[in-house]
Amino acid sequence: MSRDTALVSADWAEKNLGASGVVFVEVDEDTNAYDGGHLPGAIKLDWKTDLQDPVRRDFVNKEQFEALLSARGIGNDDTVVLYGGNNNWFAAYAYWYFKLYGHGDVKLLDGGRKKWELDARPLVKDLPSREQTTYSAQEPDTTIRAFRDEVVKAIGTQNLVDVRSPDEYAGRLLAPAHLPQEQAQRGGHIPTAVSVPWSKAANEDGTFKTDDELRAIYSAAGLDEGKDTIAYCRIGERSSHTWFVLKELLGHANVKNYDGSWTEYGSLVGVPVALGDEPGKA
Amino acid sequence: MTTVPVDASCAAPDQSAPLPASVDLEKETVITGVVTAADGSAVGGAYVRLLDATGEFAAEVVTSPAGQFRFFAAPGTWTLRALSRHGNGDTTVTAARGVTETGVQVG
Repeated sequence: MSRDTALVSADWAEKNLGASGVVFVEVDEDTNAYDGGHLPGAIKLDWKTDLQDPVRRDFVNKEQFEALLSARGIGNDDTVVLYGGNNNWFAAYAYWYFKLYGHGDVKLLDGGRKKWELDARPLVKDLPSREQTTYSAQEPDTTIRAFRDEVVKAIGTQNLVDVRSPDEYAGRLLAPAHLPQEQAQRGGHIPTAVSVPWSKAANEDGTFKTDDELRAIYSAAGLDEGKDTIAYCRIGERSSHTWFVLKELLGHANVKNYDGSWTEYGSLVGVPVALGDEPGKA
Repeated sequence: MTTVPVDASCAAPDQSAPLPASVDLEKETVITGVVTAADGSAVGGAYVRLLDATGEFAAEVVTSPAGQFRFFAAPGTWTLRALSRHGNGDTTVTAARGVTETGVQVG
């Protein structure tokens, strides 16, 4: 993958609004933004109610994903262009999710909602109607999804990238600073994980930095390109943003997103936790 | 039995909502205020970024229609940077536990 295949610009998107075979999908946790105005023709996916199992802490399964996409009118041959708020966190999560279930052509809108709004590009409130499809998903591709046991095994052997803010990494905060901090799990990070906040990869308008800038950031942080990589954050959506950068923009071979992330790891009994600003020892 | 309140959310909540009753102002450091344009009018839909003392990004929210924003930070020095269609602006604030109010002007 590369920038040319994985990312589209706001200009490209505006020219392709309504184009046949292109489906724009807004993905957010709070879908009020969509309801207040979205890209013309875009449908919405709710990160929580559409993409998470309502009972277990897990994804919707293959059949549920097929039913969801069929009902929303997304076909296997459609080009899916994802965008959203929060600097595309949830859109990047959905991108990873579409890849996990084997969708052929999926792209992220560079800059997401933020750049679109700051550019004063068109937003509409009318809801599109799309014909139902018969969507067929692949078995989940677990080469891009990390589970807790392999994360524990990766300590001291693979690249672990903690993409939360420096204060969350050090254990001084338990959540991003726009949320109340009361939480039950322990603070800190997975020993040997390097700290590269997701925000290092983005410009302030939400677009991604250039490939050269991105390569410099991860190499300065000590990421060894010869090793496999697991990215994590708190619930797996900011790390989808970094997974997208490493795997889809920079083309690293083996990169996994650990969607259990700190809300799982920081609540596990018996695993090592490092505090402070340094990676710590295995 | 005690339940464990893990908020599985990561998106920014409604910026105009009252502080949730569960927020303990003895422990929380809340930074709040309004983004205004040069003529003093409130700017809704602005993107406000909270940067730490080293300039590193910590959080971002979108202002309410009345221009309000709110962060849950930690005591210390922070920069608030606002981006909007009316222009950008920033301000530095030193916050302690409790509520610290500060405005940001753009344009």
